[in-house]
Amino acid sequence: MSAKGHDSGDAAPKGLVLRSGPHLASGMDTPTLMRDVIIALLPLVVAAGYHFGAPALLVLLTATVGSMLTEWLFRRGEGTLLDFSALLTGLILGLTLPPALPLWMALVGALAAVGLGKLAFGGLGFNLFNPALVGRAFLQAAFPTALTTWRPAGRPFFEIPASTFAPPLLSVRAPDALTTATPLSRMKFDHKATDLSSLMWGSVAGSLGETSGLLIIIGGLFLAARRAFDVRIPIAILLSVAALSGAFYLAGPDKYPDPLFMLSSGGLLFGAVYMATDPVTSPLAPRGAWIFGAGIGVLVVLIRLFGGLPEGVMYAILLMNAASPLIERVSQPRPFGRAREGKKDAAS
Amino acid sequence: MSALGKDPATFYNEFVKGIWKENPIFVQVLGMCPMLAVTNSAINAVAMGGATFFVLVGSSLLVSLLRKAIPKQVRITTYIIIIATFVTVADFTLQALAPAVHKELGAFIALIVVNCLILGRQEAFASKAPLRLALADAVGMAGGFALALLSLGSVREVLGSGSLFGFSLFGPRFEPWVVMILPPGGFIMLGLLLLVFGWAKERRARRAAVELGEAGAGGPAGRGGR
Repeated sequence: MSAKGHDSGDAAPKGLVLRSGPHLASGMDTPTLMRDVIIALLPLVVAAGYHFGAPALLVLLTATVGSMLTEWLFRRGEGTLLDFSALLTGLILGLTLPPALPLWMALVGALAAVGLGKLAFGGLGFNLFNPALVGRAFLQAAFPTALTTWRPAGRPFFEIPASTFAPPLLSVRAPDALTTATPLSRMKFDHKATDLSSLMWGSVAGSLGETSGLLIIIGGLFLAARRAFDVRIPIAILLSVAALSGAFYLAGPDKYPDPLFMLSSGGLLFGAVYMATDPVTSPLAPRGAWIFGAGIGVLVVLIRLFGGLPEGVMYAILLMNAASPLIERVSQPRPFGRAREGKKDAAS
Repeated sequence: MSALGKDPATFYNEFVKGIWKENPIFVQVLGMCPMLAVTNSAINAVAMGGATFFVLVGSSLLVSLLRKAIPKQVRITTYIIIIATFVTVADFTLQALAPAVHKELGAFIALIVVNCLILGRQEAFASKAPLRLALADAVGMAGGFALALLSLGSVREVLGSGSLFGFSLFGPRFEPWVVMILPPGGFIMLGLLLLVFGWAKERRARRAAVELGEAGAGGPAGRGGR
């Protein structure tokens, strides 16, 4: 292209700007992407308020404000607050928390999510694990009781449990506190199934954002239409969960839950659509996305059926996040005209 | 190594460097195994710090005294034998005086033998320094190590059990941060303490650079504080 002796800076006529590729901008930048995901999450926020009332909205607000405060505190004057990533992390974290969680714990979770999960690694784009899940995993490890205390859906909107306003570092264990079991723990410990319509509508116990299956699917379709995420990942997760749990169900229908229940209960849909698809912590190559999703699905089924906990979506995604760089390495697409790995001799 | 450093090798300098400037945990990042394993409560941290203090000071003194008698070829073996002797003394003493703590610390008392901090001080300092300086170095290093253990142990006990040295701080309604007394809590808190230490060091270096720039006439004026 360039003739010998021509320095592009000197040779270019005035007004002509020479740039290296890529020359086509997609128009999709970080704030746009984050905004799309936030829009897709808004129906879930409304549903959380509808099913779990004011305490749920307080938890969401605390987690979101806490995340943004943490980002602002450690990144003052760098403008990273404006890319909406801290807001999104806080929102997703809040949606994975139980409704009656003490607000100070939500704040600790937000601090752990953004501080430990993202900023400690160097900020957005450098984090190895999904920040919201790091926050939730930290809370789960620190306060196992509070994180597995589920308030039933459908209580009066303004009824606020005593635990919500527990003073920092303390807990309030009111003897008459309303608690119930999630569909997954009912299945695991009592062997009782929950009907599909309430799982889709969301009137079951669970984390704030994970109960309304239908709204999550709609949000996922919106994001897919906006091309805001790699649809291969949720599809791979759902397919592998369906296949593996289907195989178990066929082998022992009275011992294992049916695949439809596995797909629609717990945090699987929410995790598949909003957390596993985080572009920072999942592989970019198409083949890698399939491997990544299938890995999550297999781990979820194994943890749910054979692990000690009723739910395993969080740990499954975190584990595959850790494997993501490795998957990325082995799933690089072959550049056109280059020989396959291991067949170098034939090409040369 | 510090004998070659900028500061003159006085008793005070050798003592202070172990506490702060060359703190074995926060600066040299040595002895991580006891640091992470036994700091789930302040009392365990104190016991471990005390035992390490005794072993390091005792073996540094002995190595410094014998430094001309120890043949170069077998010096590491000799150091290890000296260290192991003191560890055995510490082990039995602790077992006799505080059996509960001894049980809690388990194998980590015996593992002081292979604490790289202790062998490192023998090889790097005590074997080349006169008795007085070796004593200052050992006391400073062991003191810095014990202080680091105590700070981590205190934070983990306060958050993980709501108490300090066994005294309850927040009353019975305290919600313990279970993770803090488990191994992950040790890693997380150690990371945070290292972060604070690194931040303080960087800040001081930046201040020093700014002052240097302002003091030196004609030199480049302070290149932006931030």
